[in-house]
Amino acid sequence: MSEGSLLKRLMTNKMERRTFIKWSGAIGVPVIAGGVGTKLLIDKQKEEKVASASDWDKVVSTCSVNNCGGRCVIKAYVKDGVVVRVATDTQESGDPSIPPLRACVRGRNYRNLLYHPDRLKYPMKRVGKRGEGKFERISWEEAVDTIASEVKRIGDTYGPESRYDNYSSGQCWGLHGGSTAVRKLLSVTGGFLNFRNDYSSGAGNVATPYTYGTNNSGSSFDSLLHSKYILLWGQNPSEMIFSTPYREYLLQAKKNGAKIVVIDPRYTDTAITYGDEWIPIKPTTDNAMMDAMGYVIVTEKLHDQNFLDKYCVGFDGDHMPEGVAKEECLKSYLLGEKDGVAKTPEWAEKICGVPAEKIREIARNYATIKPAALIQGWAAQRQAYGEQFMRGGAQLACLTGNVGKLGGWAAGTGYWNRSNIVYPISYENPVKASIPCFLWTKAVEQGTEMTAADGLQGTEKLSTNIKLIFNMAGNMLINQHADINKTKQLLEDESKVEFIVVSDLFMTPSAKYADIILPGTTFFERYDIGVPWCFGDYVVFGDKTIDPLYECRDEYDVFAEVAEKLGVKDQYTEGRTILDLVKESVERTRKELDPTFPTFEEFRKKGVHHFQYDEPLVGFKTQIDDLENNPFETPSGKIELFSKTLWDLNQHEEIPAIAKYISSWEGPEDPLIEKYPLQLISWHYKRRCHSTYDNMPWLEEAAKQEMWINPKDAEKRGIKDGDRAQVFNDRGSLVIDVKVTTRITPGVAGIPQGGWYSPDKSGIDQRGAVNVLTSQRPTPLAKSNPQLTNLVEVKKA
Amino acid sequence: MGQIGFYINQSICQGCKACSIACKDKNNTEVGINFRRVYTKEEGSYMQQPNGGIVHNVKSFYFSISCNHCEQPACVLSCPTGAIEKSKQNGVVTIDQEICVGTQLCVKACPYGSPQYNKETFKSNKCNFCMDLQEKGEDPVCVATCPLGAIEFGPIEELRKKYGNISQIKGMPSATITKPNLVITPHRDANLV
Repeated sequence: MSEGSLLKRLMTNKMERRTFIKWSGAIGVPVIAGGVGTKLLIDKQKEEKVASASDWDKVVSTCSVNNCGGRCVIKAYVKDGVVVRVATDTQESGDPSIPPLRACVRGRNYRNLLYHPDRLKYPMKRVGKRGEGKFERISWEEAVDTIASEVKRIGDTYGPESRYDNYSSGQCWGLHGGSTAVRKLLSVTGGFLNFRNDYSSGAGNVATPYTYGTNNSGSSFDSLLHSKYILLWGQNPSEMIFSTPYREYLLQAKKNGAKIVVIDPRYTDTAITYGDEWIPIKPTTDNAMMDAMGYVIVTEKLHDQNFLDKYCVGFDGDHMPEGVAKEECLKSYLLGEKDGVAKTPEWAEKICGVPAEKIREIARNYATIKPAALIQGWAAQRQAYGEQFMRGGAQLACLTGNVGKLGGWAAGTGYWNRSNIVYPISYENPVKASIPCFLWTKAVEQGTEMTAADGLQGTEKLSTNIKLIFNMAGNMLINQHADINKTKQLLEDESKVEFIVVSDLFMTPSAKYADIILPGTTFFERYDIGVPWCFGDYVVFGDKTIDPLYECRDEYDVFAEVAEKLGVKDQYTEGRTILDLVKESVERTRKELDPTFPTFEEFRKKGVHHFQYDEPLVGFKTQIDDLENNPFETPSGKIELFSKTLWDLNQHEEIPAIAKYISSWEGPEDPLIEKYPLQLISWHYKRRCHSTYDNMPWLEEAAKQEMWINPKDAEKRGIKDGDRAQVFNDRGSLVIDVKVTTRITPGVAGIPQGGWYSPDKSGIDQRGAVNVLTSQRPTPLAKSNPQLTNLVEVKKA
Repeated sequence: MGQIGFYINQSICQGCKACSIACKDKNNTEVGINFRRVYTKEEGSYMQQPNGGIVHNVKSFYFSISCNHCEQPACVLSCPTGAIEKSKQNGVVTIDQEICVGTQLCVKACPYGSPQYNKETFKSNKCNFCMDLQEKGEDPVCVATCPLGAIEFGPIEELRKKYGNISQIKGMPSATITKPNLVITPHRDANLV
């Protein structure tokens, strides 16, 4: 059967039964459509499979652009226009300048993503109440007309600040996608309310620059081959990937003799693979351990006084900013000179659960085995006082003088980036007002009341609340934002947000809250270039493997039509198709950034490009080598262990000028622990990228959605491995299967984030969507998400 | 070509299960049928010190296993229809889908859980060492998949020369039963005492 006729019949939904089974057989997912499954059993024999994995006519090299930290090479084996199998990078390991970009478990499932029977197949409009999930098929013309007229009506009625493109990350690491399309369109028609920051490292992104002047405090991962001691603090690259070749470098670092210690409430896959030792710790108490490490290092005189004197502000009384008392310095805090509490390991042990002797040992090792890299994950900054965690790690790196040195690591947020391409879509938003991304629900409810204290920037006051939301390939509208039950109520009130547009591949919990749903495309169905987060010297070509299935369309093209309705098509497209954008990126990258970058055809053929460097990038090396000519980008030009800017905010309890342990609400010292005795955390599960792939059967089989709980805590509650349990607090309640495991610290429960919110009739989630339990209370400085700060109780369901 | 086998560098297995899903993708096997499987083992306990400190002796590891194309394959002997054959050329054990009638005796016989019964086709099947891909010059899909390159394959004698003779770790059946053509570099917590 030719590709054309197969797809044509698929799109007209007039498939013969046999055809549908054949096609489904080829994709290896169970057929659940109109009783076909039962019929199959009666027939006793499966229909002949139309495609065999060992028979293909071409191999296309492409790349997914979702919000995974890494980008991997996906090789699609295609027969008669159908992807019959996926493979990955064939590059062998061994040469650190061209590390293999092999897909993980998520990438190996991509054929099922592409051909999943639940793909959204045509545009739809809401017909029931918002959130009820009742939709009706409409034409593309109607979808485009409705969006164009609502964009105009709401803009005319409330002004451009009422229009908002919500944080979304399902297709954010390519050149184009729904968000880029929407923003460009809104920019050329009056503007939209901006947001700042992200849900990943939000507290750190704001905090780290107060210490270092920038978030680029990391070094390239090949620098770790020179490290002798590596502390992975709350970082789990085995599961969440972070950057595709990172694990390869960690492995090499280990082979080169580095001792690796993992600090985490869970005994993670990373700890199993790379860790020489695992240190369990109570969530939200990391800074207590950091303070105690600082105490040990200073009292045992293991600190690098020369480094502190030369590069830092605020370590001791002799290096304080003008106008601030000497006893406000870091050393004085650690020794307890002002508050009378020496931050001894014994003091910390009571709080964080790490034995005092172990804290001493790690502090001594970190200060004496050099160079040492303290690398911080971001989970531990998604807590009530996450800012302290990021600045606290940086503080330790400075105390030990591990900053700016090959094999060391400056800690903090830890971005690094030296390999860039040109992004051809640009826009200037006439609206300058911006909110922290985490406070969008506040901007819906009380936008006009927000002030600078809420993180409002670019204006004194908003003229309107948010009235129109675009949610493009994202699940932050319901699932991934904190406190689902609160958000739900807000969105159900149709007088608040008047119009919601969602684009996605599936009917996600967020899509259910749309007024118009657009069926998007997978990366197999469009051209693109995939770039990793800021941690990798590579980019991957995203070749268009097949034409879009059903009536699915790229958002770029959809919004070109909306732009046409609004009379701004030329400003929107600038005459370019998606393929033009990709070609322009390649050509301009060659011209403007890197003449050695391959041509379009070369890049397409190779599928991947590795940028080449003579030596590792070492964060802050230029400053450390020559501070006079290369000062830090801080007000003082030095590393600000004590930030005068923060001091002047005059909120010393919650926003101290030096990093310190702050006892957290819903932490182990909160009296609420009497009522809700377990600390609940979440993590990036190996089988999902955030909430993407939650509906994939193979991945559920590989790693099911389940809660981790320690045998001690399970026993107390009469819960056995495999039981269903209810998890609840004042914000909500969910039901989930339980894995009773010694791999989690006693007193802590862990639910992998990203399960799709699935309430029963009484509103109790049945899928383990952790955000029914999380809080919208933001962190004090960054106004960021504290989603790993929760107290809960668990009982057998 | 003599007997071929797998090498698993279990010391670096992250338990990501990419090998298992890639195998499903290549073989179109549905949920419940896994020619390559990844097992987890975890043990240990915690003690709280008087001052609140938590000490532990927790150990855990992952292990990926498919068919070991054994020297004495229990599945071959168990099959009443003669559907299972061990190649004289390379020692690869395969189940002929035309002959198999689904008695599931091989499923019960194999100590490694390799043959998988398909309730829809009423037949059993298992890893065929991706001979169809090998004939086209490609590596077996699990080998080509592992993000850390922890799975290799080749003539078993060469693998043994290179990586040693360990073919059994904690929790695995005795290698004396079927003489698996498998070489393992064990995880630090998986060594047989």
